[in-house]
Amino acid sequence: MSGKDIEVCSECNVKTIREAIDLTEDGDRIIIKKGIYREYDLTADRSVEIVGEAGAELDIDFKGGGITLTKDNSAISGLTVKNMTVSYVKDLSAIRIENSKDCRIYNNFLKNTFFGIYLANSSSVEISGNYIEGNADTETSSGNGIHLWKCGGVKIEGNRISGHRDGVYLEFVDSSSVRNNYSEKNLRYGLHFMYSDNNSYTQNIFRDNGAGVAVMFSEFIEMTENSFIQNRGAASFGLLLKDIKRSVISRNSFSENTNGIYMEGCNDLEMMENEFYSNGWALKIMGSCTDNILIRNNFIDNTFDISSNSSRNTNKYSENYWDKYEGYDLNKDGTGDVPYRPVSFYSMLLEKIPDGVILLRSFMVDLLDFTEKAIPVFIPETLADENPRMQMYDYD
Amino acid sequence: MSVKILKYIFLELVRSKFILIYTAFLFTFSFAVIYIGHDTAKAVVTLLNISLFVVPLVSLIFGTIHFYNSGEYIQLLLTQPVNRRSIFLAEYFGLSFSLSAAFLAGAGLPLLIYGLSISAALLLFTGVMLTFIFVSLSFLSSVLNKDKVKGIGLSVIIWLVMSLIYDGLILVILFAFSEYPLEKFILILTTLNPVDLSRILILLQLDISALMGFTGALFRDFFGSITGMVTALILLLLWAALPGLAALKVFSKKNF
Repeated sequence: MSGKDIEVCSECNVKTIREAIDLTEDGDRIIIKKGIYREYDLTADRSVEIVGEAGAELDIDFKGGGITLTKDNSAISGLTVKNMTVSYVKDLSAIRIENSKDCRIYNNFLKNTFFGIYLANSSSVEISGNYIEGNADTETSSGNGIHLWKCGGVKIEGNRISGHRDGVYLEFVDSSSVRNNYSEKNLRYGLHFMYSDNNSYTQNIFRDNGAGVAVMFSEFIEMTENSFIQNRGAASFGLLLKDIKRSVISRNSFSENTNGIYMEGCNDLEMMENEFYSNGWALKIMGSCTDNILIRNNFIDNTFDISSNSSRNTNKYSENYWDKYEGYDLNKDGTGDVPYRPVSFYSMLLEKIPDGVILLRSFMVDLLDFTEKAIPVFIPETLADENPRMQMYDYD
Repeated sequence: MSVKILKYIFLELVRSKFILIYTAFLFTFSFAVIYIGHDTAKAVVTLLNISLFVVPLVSLIFGTIHFYNSGEYIQLLLTQPVNRRSIFLAEYFGLSFSLSAAFLAGAGLPLLIYGLSISAALLLFTGVMLTFIFVSLSFLSSVLNKDKVKGIGLSVIIWLVMSLIYDGLILVILFAFSEYPLEKFILILTTLNPVDLSRILILLQLDISALMGFTGALFRDFFGSITGMVTALILLLLWAALPGLAALKVFSKKNF
């Protein structure tokens, strides 16, 4: 089905996007030429491809939302959409797809958005190469950069998202992938999963968000090769895991976060070959986490390696490199001969009295840690790496 | 007159074996830390521990010993037409200056060579302040005790309280009253101890401050403001001045 092209510009026969949409039939293309179009709340209820040429701008001028597509095989590309209204009633979005499949949204520039790209009840959609910039200042008055609700088979690739509540939000989404995106300065999370199973995110960078990534109430999530950088604040995390089961976290890098990973109610996670560098706490693992495996990770320059609020432990730590390890290796097989206990007495103390952090680097605290290390009484007996590595891993 | 005596005391002290060893120790240690770490920010953290530990201890013990050893010299001076106040001040500043010079040369030079950051400058500043404070305390403990052993004993106790027991008490309070909002109270409590105050001033300049949570934020707000900085400075100066003045008062009426 090859349709006709309709051009929109100030000198063309068709002067507004709304007119152009009214003129289309299934399979047509709308080409928007350079210029500023002051329109809002547009809906294309047939399968069209909307192409913005360089300099084509849809200025909503704080009057409502942007363009909504409601048919299969639709696409939007190359368009600039800006200046959206904040609404407390409607989820106004710059580009929205409802009840459709096989659509594409690519290379758009969205600025001053409320919600950027919003997908509801759709599948097989590709969202790639978009630049989405919001200016959120409170969590209640802001929307998400890319918001998916009840979708499947969505590919989110190579987008750059900043200044929203959540950079990417996935709720009831399955079999989707998030790859190679850059999400920064979002108020809440860089990427947020809720009730979304069987998804993967790879090679993304999450910098300076409230929390880099939050994965909640989900199963079978694959998290690989992402970077979590400088997610800081009193309650800030690189990766926040809540009630996650049977997932894999591998080859990620966590650097300079307040907390590298915080996990609660997680079980059967496999965490391997991750690098934790210069975090406040590399890993906070709550007592409700069971049967997780941590293997071949690097722990370098963290103020605290592991912290836990429980004196029992059913997670397995093995073959990790800990820069604080002080043991020896007599037979030179690269594995230390005495176990390493990554939980310090002081870090357990801080779980009970967070204000105690004011004594950080005090001589008294060092002394407490030292005595506890010599004769362990309070730290979990079984929380130990039996085979600590002597040399740092080089993953590349 | 005071300045003249000060000059003699200072010149004699900086040539003494102890001050030279102290300088050499600080220099070797700082150089090694910076050289191994390749990162001044991390070196500052390690140097922070050593300076908060060593500077008060050395100032107190050496100060006390020096005061007792100078007993005969002071008595000799007292036979001359010099008032007690000038002798005391000369002793105090002579010792403080020489220990500060040793600290600046030992810990300061390596930091200067590798690039001075705000945290490093603050480390040096608090190091000097701590020297003045603990020399002042050491003189107080010396003039209060005629017996040398008792004087040194009191100095050791002062050091233990300031560096160890005080923090232990804070921890006990935090534990005992964990149900209550203690942030402001703890802020006041920690600023009252010059060792804790110095530690927190430096930590707030480092990246680590990001992980200090709510209490840390409170401290950052306070010490980030002009009022906070002035308060910190005044507190440190008071700690140096008050024990010294008390010691001077006792010294002026002392029977030799």
